[in-house]
Amino acid sequence: MPSVHDWINNPLGIVDGLFAQSNSCPDWEKKIVEYFKEKLKLNDAHTWVPSLNDVPLHYLKPNSLVKFRCMIQDMFDPEFFMGVYETKDPTSNSKQVKCGKYKDITEGGQVDFNSRNTVTSERQTFYCVPIPGESQWNSFAGASQARVVPSTSYVPNRHKRSYEEDDEMDTQPQQMKDGSQGAQSSTESHGNIEPKRQETEAPSHDSSPSHCTSSLDLNFSLPGEKGPACLVKVYEDWDSFKLNDMLEVFGILSVDPALSVIADEREASSLLDPTEGMETVEEQRVHSPPASLVPRLHMLYAQPLVHNNPLLPSSVLENNGDYLSSVLGELASIRAELLTYLTHVLLGDSLAAEYLILHLISNVYSRRDVLPLGKFTLNLSGCPHSSPFTEHLYKVIQQLVPSSYRLYMSLYNMNNQRMVPRKDYTANRLVSGTLQLANNTSLFLDETQLEQGQLDATGVRNITALGNLISWQKVDYDFNYHQMEFSCNINVLITSEGRSLLPSDCQVHLRPTLNPPNLEEYLSAVQVVQVPSQLNKYRIYLSVARALNYTISDEITKAVEEDFVEMRKDDPQSMSAEDLHRLLDVARLLSLSHGQNTLSRDGWMKAKQLEALRISRTPQQKCVNGNEP
Amino acid sequence: AASPSSFAQKRLSGKSRAFHASRSASEDPLSPPSQRSRAHDTSTELQPMPTSPAMDTAAQDVSLFSSPMAPEVDVSSPLMYGTPSSRVEGTPRSGIRGTPARQRADLGSVRKAPQVDMHSEPVSESCCHSPIFVLFLQRFLQQFTDPNSREEENAGLDLNEPLYMQKLDEISVVGEPVLNVNCSHIQTFDADLYRQLICYPQEVIPTFDMAVNELFFDRLPDSVLEHQIQVRPYSALKTRNMRALNPEDIDQLITISGMVIRTSQLIPEMQEAFFRCQVCAFNTRVEVDRGRIAEPAVCRNCNTTHSMALVHNRSAFSDKQMIKLQESPEDMPAGQTPHTTVVYAHNDLVDKVQPGDRINITGIYRAAPMRLNPRQSQVKSVYKTHIDVIHFRKTDEKRLHGLDEDGEQKLFTKERVAMLKELAAKPDVYERLSSALAPSIYEHEDIKKGILLQLFGGTRKDFTQTGRGNFRAEINILLCGDPGTSKSQLLQYVYNLVPRGQYTSGKGSSAVGLTAYVMKDPETRQLVLQTGALVLSDNGICCIDEFDKMSDNTRSVLHEVMEQQTLSIAKAGIICQLNARTSVLAAANPVESQWNPKKTTIENIQLPHTLLSRFDLIFLMLDPQDEAYDRRLAHHLVSLYYQSEEQIEEEYLDMAVLKDYIAFARTSVHPRLSEEASQALIEAYVDMRKIGSGRGMVSAYPRQLESLIRLAEAHAKVRFSSKVESIDVEEAKRLHREALKQSATDPRTGFVDISILTTGMSATARKRKEEVAQALKKLIQSKGKTPAMKYQQLFDDLRGQSEAAITKDMFDEALRALADEDYLTVTGKTVRLL
Repeated sequence: MPSVHDWINNPLGIVDGLFAQSNSCPDWEKKIVEYFKEKLKLNDAHTWVPSLNDVPLHYLKPNSLVKFRCMIQDMFDPEFFMGVYETKDPTSNSKQVKCGKYKDITEGGQVDFNSRNTVTSERQTFYCVPIPGESQWNSFAGASQARVVPSTSYVPNRHKRSYEEDDEMDTQPQQMKDGSQGAQSSTESHGNIEPKRQETEAPSHDSSPSHCTSSLDLNFSLPGEKGPACLVKVYEDWDSFKLNDMLEVFGILSVDPALSVIADEREASSLLDPTEGMETVEEQRVHSPPASLVPRLHMLYAQPLVHNNPLLPSSVLENNGDYLSSVLGELASIRAELLTYLTHVLLGDSLAAEYLILHLISNVYSRRDVLPLGKFTLNLSGCPHSSPFTEHLYKVIQQLVPSSYRLYMSLYNMNNQRMVPRKDYTANRLVSGTLQLANNTSLFLDETQLEQGQLDATGVRNITALGNLISWQKVDYDFNYHQMEFSCNINVLITSEGRSLLPSDCQVHLRPTLNPPNLEEYLSAVQVVQVPSQLNKYRIYLSVARALNYTISDEITKAVEEDFVEMRKDDPQSMSAEDLHRLLDVARLLSLSHGQNTLSRDGWMKAKQLEALRISRTPQQKCVNGNEP
Repeated sequence: AASPSSFAQKRLSGKSRAFHASRSASEDPLSPPSQRSRAHDTSTELQPMPTSPAMDTAAQDVSLFSSPMAPEVDVSSPLMYGTPSSRVEGTPRSGIRGTPARQRADLGSVRKAPQVDMHSEPVSESCCHSPIFVLFLQRFLQQFTDPNSREEENAGLDLNEPLYMQKLDEISVVGEPVLNVNCSHIQTFDADLYRQLICYPQEVIPTFDMAVNELFFDRLPDSVLEHQIQVRPYSALKTRNMRALNPEDIDQLITISGMVIRTSQLIPEMQEAFFRCQVCAFNTRVEVDRGRIAEPAVCRNCNTTHSMALVHNRSAFSDKQMIKLQESPEDMPAGQTPHTTVVYAHNDLVDKVQPGDRINITGIYRAAPMRLNPRQSQVKSVYKTHIDVIHFRKTDEKRLHGLDEDGEQKLFTKERVAMLKELAAKPDVYERLSSALAPSIYEHEDIKKGILLQLFGGTRKDFTQTGRGNFRAEINILLCGDPGTSKSQLLQYVYNLVPRGQYTSGKGSSAVGLTAYVMKDPETRQLVLQTGALVLSDNGICCIDEFDKMSDNTRSVLHEVMEQQTLSIAKAGIICQLNARTSVLAAANPVESQWNPKKTTIENIQLPHTLLSRFDLIFLMLDPQDEAYDRRLAHHLVSLYYQSEEQIEEEYLDMAVLKDYIAFARTSVHPRLSEEASQALIEAYVDMRKIGSGRGMVSAYPRQLESLIRLAEAHAKVRFSSKVESIDVEEAKRLHREALKQSATDPRTGFVDISILTTGMSATARKRKEEVAQALKKLIQSKGKTPAMKYQQLFDDLRGQSEAAITKDMFDEALRALADEDYLTVTGKTVRLL
């Protein structure tokens, strides 16, 4: 029986074994998937699997099982491959039926294309990138789990390796395999390609921009992102995946150097043989990049991620009743502490801190025809222009949420940044933009950076896109001949001096009560005080509160109705349908922030108070120029 | 399988009448010189090369049929260059023997190794290749009639006569040797034949070619054609969607729809290489096999090794073009990116399509293995797939030409249609549908009803013969009202509901973005017409938010679109008129952020009345401010927040039904006015005119009558009724009145006054304006002979004199009126008498 190390180190051996066992039986494919699923379920087995996010690529063994926490950035066309094929040994003329699943390249002997045993199967390729804007603490937490990885070839603290060592390291397991399996790709080719791989260095580790990464655009949504991009080959149910989904993929790593060889050869030969490679050079580069830079990952199993907070169990929260109740017990105290912390950060403004908590736990939980429900875009006005305040505020938020991005809304950025993803038909890929973000990413729009000036066409388009994002929680991707709508779930926080030029659900005018002489020092001091364990509590709190369910009883519905009618009677102008919408949103988030699943009368009154306080701050300037949100 | 030559003989003896396999034709002394010269070369070369032993039967069958045609390509001219069709034939020929066959690159190279083999069932050759099969195909051509045909292509043909025989006659007249065959015709004729065509197109189509040619030259022996007729089947029902393609479709005939996103340049593909021995000038030909030429190492005449040299200009080439096709946006599930497929067009199908075109293509789906490296045996375990196109059909062509709803007619299952009809039979279907529209938006019943009718549209009528052109069938609606009354939401909803919806915001769009512009393609330097939102939403709805923020320039293009339903373009040398049969759903905010009930609609939104009068319905979305309403609204909103998953599910179902219902009604129901309804409409119009005439106002114009007709027709469509009846007229009247009540009520008098919308000013306002002007004139006259006056002083005087409050606007207006009379001029701050 294969041992633990076998299914992680040599999953293909198991695949081949299972394939050979169930010779003609058609359900061998299912069996393989079941086998690995079972293995991964066993007591935390999934933490033993090395993660592509944390371990540099060149430390990972080719053809071993790895995991990758990622977002689907682009979906390529489905491809047909040889699921089962027959090879012919030219010398002995013996034939052998082989399984082509989870592999990029056929192995051993001449492939007999005319064999009756050939089975053509279909698979889909997703281009996956690490989740954009993942906070530092997030990947650290993830790494700490993966440290336990018992990977034979994982030798940390060794950046420069000699050729001999390389060969030794690679051939060793290879020989092992050869002994047990026989047919494996030759060790020679590995030896040949090793220096190349060393040169290219996994971009995640190398802080200096290497020449390779600059020549190949890995297509990250956010500028300055790092990490491995991956071509994930999906064998089952690819229709169930959507663009921008967050996944944890368990799959077989394929970095066969032969994959890169084709790319090189093709480029040279494309001129000579136009019929062979109809793909443009750009397309080639995107769809078959060197495997050392963009490894292939043959998916065995994928877990869709509801959240990317490593501190929480990754499975759906409802199934973890025990966990939830343990968190809920502490909830009230954590909330109070978080509120104090945020109040300090917001210079003593507890109302703004309260709203900030509501904002941080907001989540689009449903859509009614076109209307997204649950979004809560906060406009924090009254932020001082050109001061370190917004920067520190972002740092604080970054510390609290799993992924976030701060968008400087400077004129230059608005006019030059590509926000909306665009389809590049020459390269046949979706060129990412800043707004291609995974669900529940915190987008921090810093409007204090905006000066007066001229917006050009791109700028107008970007502003429109931001407006659409906020109002409808959707981004219209540009497909040149048409636009395509992708719904999203992004928490947008806008900091501005006056009222933001973008629409928002709720505007809170900052009213500082503290006036520290040195703002910078004060803000850093506030952050330093927070110990990591405390921060972790906040992080768990925010993720849990966001995922809670919520209902309104009939009784409360009645009460709310009464209240609304009452308020309208006094002054119909003061309370529009939109105000009621907002009030219901605030009430919902307020209840959730206290860990309550349902709206109580008390909660409703509190929400009203909160709103009254907030409105009393903002000068009545609704609809400045007839602009509708 | 039988050896090729013996088979050919068998066929000859079987059908000795007129048909000769083209291979035998080359040996025929009567064949034109071009072919005779061929025979000189080497007759043995004409034999299909023995194929590798691993070739399975299917592949051999192919060689039987395509190889006899392939050598027919004329190569006698030393200047042979490019496509066979490009050469000029001096001698007229006729008859099947005189007409060269043309290689069918679309069916694939002869000696291609078998593609990925998915058929477990061997080709039923006996049936596929026997003369009986040819006869059978001919019988289809001779007998098939389609009395109910609605296809545009069949216009002018006698539908009760055999359809394809008429088409053959057409070919002889037009001289384009292509016969398009609708696969659904074959299916109705013989399901088994259809199945064979779908599964083995590579075998059946050449046989079909044979059958057609034989028939054609039998019937019209004197016709002269450029090459033999090629059959192009289309509308194979096998696959409609690119996403549904799977390995089982390989090597089968498929039809998919999509949008062209890229086309390559023309690629001359070598079909046959011509070699000449450098020593003895012996010629030989080698067919290209999977892009590779097996260069002969030894001259077979003089046995010299490595003496054969390729002669380029005597080799045969065919045109080829790569086309990238992308899934149409409508076919895609939400949240996924569109798929693309590579399509190869051959010979005369090259350059038939342009990027941006929506097309249906019929072709053979191919997959070929990718070799990693020619020197290595390792193979990338992935196949390259493409489609060899046999037939293109542009689906958006009708946008430029006539009417053709056929292309986009959605296919409904019988059950679905029955379900929709059942729904239509319900007495309250109108209310049901309108409440299913944007359920998250509260009340505004009449507005939703109006939009519902807009979604259905009126009946299209063509008066081109009488010189009036098209009669607008689309209903335009304007929503105006306070900000925050979910106008945008309603627009978003409609945009998401209709397949051809466009959403633009007045703020962000320019006239160019709305209409069309001419762009120079950087690659080809070709001028390309890029269409904007209005043209793109042809047959759909164009939603324009923030209509009031639109620049005047942009708005002006709407004038043409909203009445004539066309768009004229004269730019960069392109002058054309595009159809833009779009309904406009616009939303406008009042100028002063809040709706001022004391002002008229025009004054509130500041839009030119010329444009306003083109809207059939103008609704106000205002806060009603009454307690019962508030209560219901609150209830509605609260329930939004905690509705369970199932309820939401149900609603989505409703949206799907609504979509189908509308699509079905739009394509299948074309109501006409009944006698009774016409009477009712006339009465309604006369009544409307009467209302105003009592007060010396015109309260209805012919435009309003047209609106009424459209609304009534749309309402009949809602009921799936082919006749407009009086209930339809009643509802149209009610809705129209309702909308008028909201938008055309004169705030000063409280009466409905259509002139507010048609002339921009109510009759009372106009009267008042005149009064002020007269008062001002009197005042000036009373001042005696002062040639010039101070503006401010005059204003003060007038205000002092008049008992009613006179605003500056009114004063200015009065001055302008007097200026128009040439009584005075205003220059700066002084008023001069003339």
